[in-house]
Amino acid sequence: MAEATIGRPTPQRLSLWARIDNNRTVLGLCMMLPAGALLLVFLSYPLGLGVWLGLTDTTIGRKGGFIGLENYALLFDDSVFWLSVFNTFLYTVVASAFKFALGLWLALILNNRLPFKALLRAIVLLPWIVPTVLSAIAFWWIYDSQFSIISWSLQRLGLIDQYVNFLGDANNARAAVIAANVWRGIPFVAICLLAGLQTIPQSLYEAAVLDGASEWQRFRCVTFPLLTPIIAVVMTFSVLFTFTDFQLIYVLTRGGPFNATHLMATLSFQRAIPGGQLGEGAAIATAMVPFLLAAIIFSYFGLQRRRWQQGAAND
Amino acid sequence: MIRLRRPADEGGMHHLSTLPQRVVTIYLPLAVFLIVLLFPFYWMGLTTLKPNEEMLNLQDFNPFWVENPTLAHIKKLLFETAYPAWLWNTMLVAVVSTFISLFCAVLAAYAIERLRFKGARATGMAIFLAYLVPPSILFIPLATMVFKLGIFDTKLALILTYPTFLIPFCTWLLMGYFRSIPYELEECALIDGATRLQILVKIMLPLAVPGLISAGIFAFTLSWNEFIYALTFISASQNKTVPVGVITELVEGDVYHWGSLMAGALLGSLPVAIFYSFFVEHYVSSMTGAVKE
Repeated sequence: MAEATIGRPTPQRLSLWARIDNNRTVLGLCMMLPAGALLLVFLSYPLGLGVWLGLTDTTIGRKGGFIGLENYALLFDDSVFWLSVFNTFLYTVVASAFKFALGLWLALILNNRLPFKALLRAIVLLPWIVPTVLSAIAFWWIYDSQFSIISWSLQRLGLIDQYVNFLGDANNARAAVIAANVWRGIPFVAICLLAGLQTIPQSLYEAAVLDGASEWQRFRCVTFPLLTPIIAVVMTFSVLFTFTDFQLIYVLTRGGPFNATHLMATLSFQRAIPGGQLGEGAAIATAMVPFLLAAIIFSYFGLQRRRWQQGAAND
Repeated sequence: MIRLRRPADEGGMHHLSTLPQRVVTIYLPLAVFLIVLLFPFYWMGLTTLKPNEEMLNLQDFNPFWVENPTLAHIKKLLFETAYPAWLWNTMLVAVVSTFISLFCAVLAAYAIERLRFKGARATGMAIFLAYLVPPSILFIPLATMVFKLGIFDTKLALILTYPTFLIPFCTWLLMGYFRSIPYELEECALIDGATRLQILVKIMLPLAVPGLISAGIFAFTLSWNEFIYALTFISASQNKTVPVGVITELVEGDVYHWGSLMAGALLGSLPVAIFYSFFVEHYVSSMTGAVKE
């Protein structure tokens, strides 16, 4: 668009560099080269290679051959695999629901006029900043079977007789890892939704108050509809991160007790790296792709709807 | 108290709620949120300073406080383990991969957003999709590649693979920043005979500094946080990063040295937390910006 209005020097006198500079497509591709090359070699190619490995019987140190869908057939009869699928869904659904509810609540609280608001926001984000593995170690200690501070406090309050076996019992362990995941995820959801809340014009609330709307009605009829698109996007990200989570489980339980907390990602790691079955691990990882695609498509429609709401037809 | 005396027009509709109401609906839940969100950090710091006998004796000592603080755990961590090397590795890998990613992302974002070459829109979409590919489905094929390339157990393996999740994010963020810079500036420069590269370096980049800082900080914290690649690609103790080193080397069998584990977690969190505290606004804008775009 800009070039059309500009008088160019005569083409035959141009050096090679000037000709590249004048051709937007060539220049554009040159500038895409570093990013494109890195992503193609270390992202797209491994993505395809992962699917291929899932169809082979490769182990560490031995190049495998093509065995078709044998890995998937094995997994289909593998109760541990199905348990990990169940765990992944349970973990994702429960943790995301809590993250959403508590995150929205925290965002609504922070959207009020508060003293030291900037400082509060900075503090709230801390759990999200600190590397997951390191905060998970703190949770590991908090969940310790003998020296847990939670058990100690509950016992002092007279609520329990025996120390809770947080990570040794299947259901306790599931609840414990979900709680740790929710703890880390709330800040992300809250701060993103807070940014969304701040874009809602104050005048809408004033109009609603003049019409006699109660606080709940203002939330349900003004806040929530206007926040829906950003909720869709934030929760898609949150679901994606939760679904593919690895670090928290690896630190807290390594999938135990008796595979009760194995997620697909941790099972894939365990079979592939310590177990050496690269092909089988890759097959488990590939099995996650359809679910991720579903989440991405959902996110895409969330973005579309947001554009439509903002009234921007193109771009 | 003071709040009640403020002019009513200053803060929207807060005059509609009384102070006791605000205490119950806002301050009380907020306090609970803050306590829960910060407790693990308090616990980390407290355990770091606790001598073992206090830590393991919950009957005679109040676990919520430390009576004889000690630096023994930190000393053990710094002088008897490879922890300083892990810190250095993490820092090096995070800084180098952040700069590589920023360099690639600036060029890519400018090309997609301003040059509008053929296929720019599709490339932009592909970059967004690349952002959504999680490391936990890539680490197995990447491990085989890293092994074949002969860079297994080197920092180079991490420096080359971290940009795969940093570049898409940085590009996406910088595209938004470049979009907000008026076209007219660029047109003026073109008329004055500037090349595209000159425009990028002399006009776009100075105007996009806040965006560059945001993207840089976010990329830095993401690489500091990375775990699964470092766990898979690194095996020698002196090449490990902090998260991997702490979890694989400080745990010896069934004996957990909680003091040094907590000290390791605390010291590993501090650099990134300090770094973050200087640039909170940039960090928040990059996080929410990436979601809002």
